[in-house]
Amino acid sequence: MSLESMLVVAAVLFAIGLYGALARSNVIAVLMSIEIMFNAVNLTVVAFSRYVAPLALRQEIGSVLTGQVFAIFIITVAAAEIALGLGIVFAMYRHTESVSLTEANQLRH
Amino acid sequence: MPVVQDLAFWVLSVVAIAAALGVVLVKDLFRSALLLAVVFISVAGFFVLLSAEFLAVVQVLIYVGAISVLFIFGIMLTRNVREGNVPNRLQIPAVMCASLLLVGMIAAAINTDWRPIPEAAAQMVDAAQTQSVAGPPAGASSSGYAEQDTGLAELLIADFVLPFEAVSLLLLAALIGGLALARSRGS
Repeated sequence: MSLESMLVVAAVLFAIGLYGALARSNVIAVLMSIEIMFNAVNLTVVAFSRYVAPLALRQEIGSVLTGQVFAIFIITVAAAEIALGLGIVFAMYRHTESVSLTEANQLRH
Repeated sequence: MPVVQDLAFWVLSVVAIAAALGVVLVKDLFRSALLLAVVFISVAGFFVLLSAEFLAVVQVLIYVGAISVLFIFGIMLTRNVREGNVPNRLQIPAVMCASLLLVGMIAAAINTDWRPIPEAAAQMVDAAQTQSVAGPPAGASSSGYAEQDTGLAELLIADFVLPFEAVSLLLLAALIGGLALARSRGS
Protein backbone atom coordinates (compact mmCIF):
# COMPACT_ATOMS: atom_id res chain seq x y z
CA MET A 1 0.00 0.00 0.00
CA SER A 2 1.59 3.23 -1.15
CA LEU A 3 0.52 6.67 -2.26
CA GLU A 4 0.60 5.64 -5.91
CA SER A 5 -1.63 2.60 -5.47
CA MET A 6 -4.13 4.68 -3.51
CA LEU A 7 -4.14 7.32 -6.26
CA VAL A 8 -4.63 4.68 -8.95
CA VAL A 9 -7.64 3.20 -7.15
CA ALA A 10 -9.13 6.67 -6.74
CA ALA A 11 -8.50 7.40 -10.44
CA VAL A 12 -10.28 4.18 -11.48
CA LEU A 13 -13.25 5.05 -9.26
CA PHE A 14 -13.36 8.57 -10.71
CA ALA A 15 -13.27 7.27 -14.29
CA ILE A 16 -16.08 4.80 -13.59
CA GLY A 17 -18.14 7.62 -12.10
CA LEU A 18 -17.42 9.84 -15.08
CA TYR A 19 -18.52 7.13 -17.49
CA GLY A 20 -21.71 6.63 -15.51
CA ALA A 21 -22.44 10.36 -15.39
CA LEU A 22 -21.96 10.69 -19.14
CA ALA A 23 -23.59 7.53 -20.41
CA ARG A 24 -26.73 7.03 -18.32
CA SER A 25 -30.02 8.66 -19.12
CA ASN A 26 -31.73 8.26 -15.75
CA VAL A 27 -31.20 11.33 -13.54
CA ILE A 28 -30.86 9.30 -10.36
CA ALA A 29 -28.21 7.05 -11.94
CA VAL A 30 -26.29 10.18 -12.96
CA LEU A 31 -26.48 11.53 -9.40
CA MET A 32 -25.18 8.21 -8.06
CA SER A 33 -22.24 8.34 -10.48
CA ILE A 34 -21.46 11.86 -9.29
CA GLU A 35 -21.37 10.56 -5.73
CA ILE A 36 -18.79 7.95 -6.78
CA MET A 37 -16.67 10.77 -8.24
CA PHE A 38 -16.95 12.76 -4.98
CA ASN A 39 -15.77 9.71 -3.05
CA ALA A 40 -12.79 9.25 -5.35
CA VAL A 41 -11.76 12.88 -4.81
CA ASN A 42 -12.11 12.48 -1.04
CA LEU A 43 -9.89 9.42 -1.18
CA THR A 44 -7.24 11.38 -3.08
CA VAL A 45 -7.32 14.30 -0.64
CA VAL A 46 -7.00 12.07 2.41
CA ALA A 47 -4.23 10.01 0.80
CA PHE A 48 -2.24 13.16 0.07
CA SER A 49 -2.68 14.43 3.61
CA ARG A 50 -1.43 11.09 4.92
CA TYR A 51 1.57 10.65 2.63
CA VAL A 52 2.72 14.11 1.49
CA ALA A 53 2.01 16.64 4.20
CA PRO A 54 3.64 19.90 3.05
CA LEU A 55 7.00 20.75 4.53
CA ALA A 56 5.81 23.71 6.59
CA LEU A 57 3.05 21.67 8.14
CA ARG A 58 5.37 18.89 9.28
CA GLN A 59 6.70 21.05 12.09
CA GLU A 60 3.40 21.04 13.87
CA ILE A 61 1.99 17.57 14.07
CA GLY A 62 -1.62 18.65 14.52
CA SER A 63 -1.69 20.45 11.19
CA VAL A 64 -1.37 17.27 9.16
CA LEU A 65 -5.12 16.97 9.55
CA THR A 66 -5.77 19.77 7.03
CA GLY A 67 -6.54 17.30 4.24
CA GLN A 68 -9.18 15.68 6.38
CA VAL A 69 -10.81 19.07 6.98
CA PHE A 70 -11.01 19.48 3.19
CA ALA A 71 -12.65 16.07 2.95
CA ILE A 72 -15.22 17.06 5.58
CA PHE A 73 -16.13 20.17 3.57
CA ILE A 74 -16.43 18.08 0.39
CA ILE A 75 -18.76 15.65 2.17
CA THR A 76 -20.93 18.52 3.41
CA VAL A 77 -21.22 20.13 0.00
CA ALA A 78 -21.96 16.74 -1.56
CA ALA A 79 -24.77 16.16 0.92
CA ALA A 80 -26.32 19.56 0.16
CA GLU A 81 -25.95 18.91 -3.57
CA ILE A 82 -27.65 15.54 -3.38
CA ALA A 83 -30.55 16.89 -1.31
CA LEU A 84 -31.20 19.67 -3.83
CA GLY A 85 -30.62 17.36 -6.80
CA LEU A 86 -33.20 14.87 -5.60
CA GLY A 87 -35.61 17.74 -4.88
CA ILE A 88 -35.25 18.86 -8.49
CA VAL A 89 -35.71 15.27 -9.69
CA PHE A 90 -38.96 14.98 -7.74
CA ALA A 91 -40.23 18.29 -9.08
CA MET A 92 -39.37 17.14 -12.60
CA TYR A 93 -41.07 13.78 -12.06
CA ARG A 94 -44.23 15.47 -10.78
CA HIS A 95 -44.26 17.66 -13.85
CA THR A 96 -43.36 15.27 -16.65
CA GLU A 97 -43.84 11.78 -15.14
CA SER A 98 -40.33 10.90 -16.27
CA VAL A 99 -36.80 10.91 -14.86
CA SER A 100 -35.06 10.51 -18.19
CA LEU A 101 -32.49 13.15 -19.04
CA THR A 102 -33.14 12.82 -22.75
CA GLU A 103 -36.73 13.93 -22.21
CA ALA A 104 -35.87 16.80 -19.88
CA ASN A 105 -35.75 19.75 -22.22
CA GLN A 106 -37.40 22.62 -20.39
CA LEU A 107 -36.77 24.57 -17.23
CA ARG A 108 -40.30 25.94 -17.03
CA HIS A 109 -42.57 24.56 -14.35
CA MET B 1 1.35 -5.58 10.11
CA PRO B 2 2.15 -4.15 6.65
CA VAL B 3 1.12 -7.50 5.15
CA VAL B 4 -2.29 -7.23 6.77
CA GLN B 5 -2.62 -3.66 5.51
CA ASP B 6 -1.67 -4.68 1.99
CA LEU B 7 -4.14 -7.53 2.02
CA ALA B 8 -6.90 -5.23 3.30
CA PHE B 9 -5.98 -2.69 0.64
CA TRP B 10 -6.26 -5.19 -2.22
CA VAL B 11 -9.52 -6.66 -0.96
CA LEU B 12 -10.99 -3.18 -0.52
CA SER B 13 -9.87 -2.02 -3.97
CA VAL B 14 -11.34 -5.07 -5.71
CA VAL B 15 -14.62 -4.68 -3.83
CA ALA B 16 -14.80 -0.91 -4.45
CA ILE B 17 -14.06 -1.11 -8.17
CA ALA B 18 -16.35 -4.08 -8.76
CA ALA B 19 -19.20 -2.40 -6.88
CA ALA B 20 -18.65 0.90 -8.72
CA LEU B 21 -18.77 -0.93 -12.06
CA GLY B 22 -21.96 -2.56 -10.86
CA VAL B 23 -23.49 0.83 -10.02
CA VAL B 24 -23.03 2.12 -13.56
CA LEU B 25 -23.73 -1.14 -15.42
CA VAL B 26 -26.50 -2.98 -13.55
CA LYS B 27 -29.88 -2.47 -15.16
CA ASP B 28 -31.97 -2.53 -11.99
CA LEU B 29 -31.65 0.89 -10.32
CA PHE B 30 -32.51 -0.45 -6.88
CA ARG B 31 -29.61 -2.89 -7.04
CA SER B 32 -27.24 -0.19 -8.16
CA ALA B 33 -28.27 1.91 -5.15
CA LEU B 34 -27.39 -1.04 -2.88
CA LEU B 35 -24.06 -1.45 -4.70
CA LEU B 36 -23.46 2.27 -4.17
CA ALA B 37 -23.67 1.63 -0.42
CA VAL B 38 -20.99 -1.05 -0.87
CA VAL B 39 -18.76 1.52 -2.62
CA PHE B 40 -19.29 3.95 0.28
CA ILE B 41 -18.44 1.29 2.88
CA SER B 42 -15.24 0.29 1.10
CA VAL B 43 -14.18 3.95 0.84
CA ALA B 44 -14.72 4.12 4.62
CA GLY B 45 -12.37 1.13 4.86
CA PHE B 46 -9.78 3.04 2.83
CA PHE B 47 -10.12 5.93 5.29
CA VAL B 48 -9.37 3.56 8.17
CA LEU B 49 -6.31 2.31 6.29
CA LEU B 50 -5.16 5.92 5.87
CA SER B 51 -5.63 6.39 9.64
CA ALA B 52 -8.49 8.86 9.16
CA GLU B 53 -10.85 7.16 11.56
CA PHE B 54 -13.08 10.17 12.16
CA LEU B 55 -13.68 10.50 8.42
CA ALA B 56 -14.50 6.80 8.22
CA VAL B 57 -17.19 7.25 10.86
CA VAL B 58 -18.52 10.36 9.10
CA GLN B 59 -18.53 8.47 5.81
CA VAL B 60 -20.59 5.62 7.25
CA LEU B 61 -23.00 8.00 9.00
CA ILE B 62 -23.58 10.43 6.15
CA TYR B 63 -23.08 8.41 2.99
CA VAL B 64 -24.23 4.94 4.00
CA GLY B 65 -26.79 6.14 6.52
CA ALA B 66 -28.26 9.19 4.84
CA ILE B 67 -27.37 9.49 1.17
CA SER B 68 -27.96 5.83 0.26
CA VAL B 69 -31.36 5.97 1.94
CA LEU B 70 -32.16 9.19 0.06
CA PHE B 71 -31.28 7.48 -3.21
CA ILE B 72 -33.42 4.47 -2.40
CA PHE B 73 -36.32 6.80 -1.56
CA GLY B 74 -35.76 8.59 -4.84
CA ILE B 75 -35.78 5.37 -6.83
CA MET B 76 -38.88 4.08 -5.07
CA LEU B 77 -40.77 7.34 -5.61
CA THR B 78 -39.89 7.70 -9.29
CA ARG B 79 -39.86 4.01 -10.13
CA ASN B 80 -40.23 3.48 -13.81
CA VAL B 81 -40.62 -0.22 -14.40
CA ARG B 82 -40.35 -0.26 -18.15
CA GLU B 83 -37.18 1.81 -18.42
CA GLY B 84 -34.75 0.92 -15.65
CA ASN B 85 -31.16 2.11 -15.96
CA VAL B 86 -31.01 2.62 -19.70
CA PRO B 87 -27.89 3.98 -21.40
CA ASN B 88 -28.21 7.01 -23.61
CA ARG B 89 -26.80 7.46 -27.11
CA LEU B 90 -23.42 8.72 -25.95
CA GLN B 91 -21.90 5.30 -25.14
CA ILE B 92 -18.77 5.50 -27.29
CA PRO B 93 -17.83 9.14 -26.51
CA ALA B 94 -18.41 8.45 -22.82
CA VAL B 95 -16.17 5.36 -22.82
CA MET B 96 -13.47 7.21 -24.75
CA CYS B 97 -13.63 10.28 -22.51
CA ALA B 98 -13.49 8.23 -19.29
CA SER B 99 -10.69 5.95 -20.44
CA LEU B 100 -8.57 8.81 -21.80
CA LEU B 101 -8.94 10.60 -18.47
CA LEU B 102 -8.14 7.37 -16.63
CA VAL B 103 -4.94 6.81 -18.62
CA GLY B 104 -3.88 10.41 -18.04
CA MET B 105 -4.56 10.27 -14.31
CA ILE B 106 -2.75 6.95 -13.84
CA ALA B 107 0.25 8.18 -15.83
CA ALA B 108 0.40 11.33 -13.74
CA ALA B 109 0.03 9.40 -10.48
CA ILE B 110 2.80 6.95 -11.32
CA ASN B 111 5.27 9.24 -13.09
CA THR B 112 5.21 12.14 -10.68
CA ASP B 113 7.76 12.17 -7.91
CA TRP B 114 5.48 12.90 -4.98
CA ARG B 115 8.28 12.84 -2.41
CA PRO B 116 6.23 11.22 0.38
CA ILE B 117 7.30 11.91 3.92
CA PRO B 118 9.66 9.33 5.46
CA GLU B 119 8.18 6.35 7.20
CA ALA B 120 9.08 7.52 10.72
CA ALA B 121 7.24 10.79 10.15
CA ALA B 122 4.37 8.84 8.64
CA GLN B 123 4.11 6.86 11.86
CA MET B 124 3.85 10.12 13.78
CA VAL B 125 1.19 11.34 11.38
CA ASP B 126 -0.73 8.11 12.00
CA ALA B 127 -0.41 8.55 15.74
CA ALA B 128 -1.54 12.19 15.61
CA GLN B 129 -4.49 11.42 13.37
CA THR B 130 -5.63 8.50 15.48
CA GLN B 131 -5.11 10.46 18.66
CA SER B 132 -7.31 13.29 17.44
CA VAL B 133 -10.18 10.82 17.48
CA ALA B 134 -9.37 8.31 20.17
CA GLY B 135 -7.65 10.60 22.65
CA PRO B 136 -4.05 10.23 23.85
CA PRO B 137 -2.82 6.72 24.51
CA ALA B 138 -2.85 5.64 28.14
CA GLY B 139 0.12 6.97 30.09
CA ALA B 140 1.17 9.39 27.36
CA SER B 141 -1.00 12.31 28.43
CA SER B 142 1.87 14.14 30.06
CA SER B 143 4.09 14.05 26.98
CA GLY B 144 4.65 17.26 25.06
CA TYR B 145 2.64 17.09 21.91
CA ALA B 146 -0.37 15.38 23.41
CA GLU B 147 -1.47 18.69 24.91
CA GLN B 148 -1.14 20.85 21.85
CA ASP B 149 -2.88 18.34 19.60
CA THR B 150 -6.60 18.96 19.75
CA GLY B 151 -7.21 17.59 16.30
CA LEU B 152 -9.96 18.24 13.81
CA ALA B 153 -12.22 20.22 16.13
CA GLU B 154 -9.72 23.00 16.70
CA LEU B 155 -8.84 23.16 13.00
CA LEU B 156 -12.51 23.42 12.08
CA ILE B 157 -13.44 26.19 14.49
CA ALA B 158 -10.14 28.08 14.54
CA ASP B 159 -8.18 27.98 11.29
CA PHE B 160 -11.09 27.13 9.01
CA VAL B 161 -13.83 29.08 10.74
CA LEU B 162 -14.78 31.11 7.65
CA PRO B 163 -15.26 28.08 5.37
CA PHE B 164 -17.09 26.44 8.26
CA GLU B 165 -19.56 29.35 8.46
CA ALA B 166 -19.91 29.41 4.68
CA VAL B 167 -20.74 25.72 4.66
CA SER B 168 -23.34 26.17 7.38
CA LEU B 169 -24.90 28.96 5.32
CA LEU B 170 -24.88 26.62 2.32
CA LEU B 171 -26.65 23.93 4.33
CA LEU B 172 -29.29 26.44 5.43
CA ALA B 173 -29.79 27.52 1.82
CA ALA B 174 -30.05 23.88 0.74
CA LEU B 175 -32.65 23.26 3.46
CA ILE B 176 -34.80 26.18 2.35
CA GLY B 177 -34.30 25.34 -1.32
CA GLY B 178 -35.26 21.72 -0.75
CA LEU B 179 -38.43 22.80 1.05
CA ALA B 180 -39.30 25.22 -1.75
CA LEU B 181 -38.73 22.56 -4.40
CA ALA B 182 -40.64 19.82 -2.62
CA ARG B 183 -43.65 22.00 -1.75
CA SER B 184 -46.54 21.14 -4.01
CA ARG B 185 -48.21 23.91 -5.92
CA GLY B 186 -51.02 25.85 -4.32
CA SER B 187 -50.35 24.78 -0.74
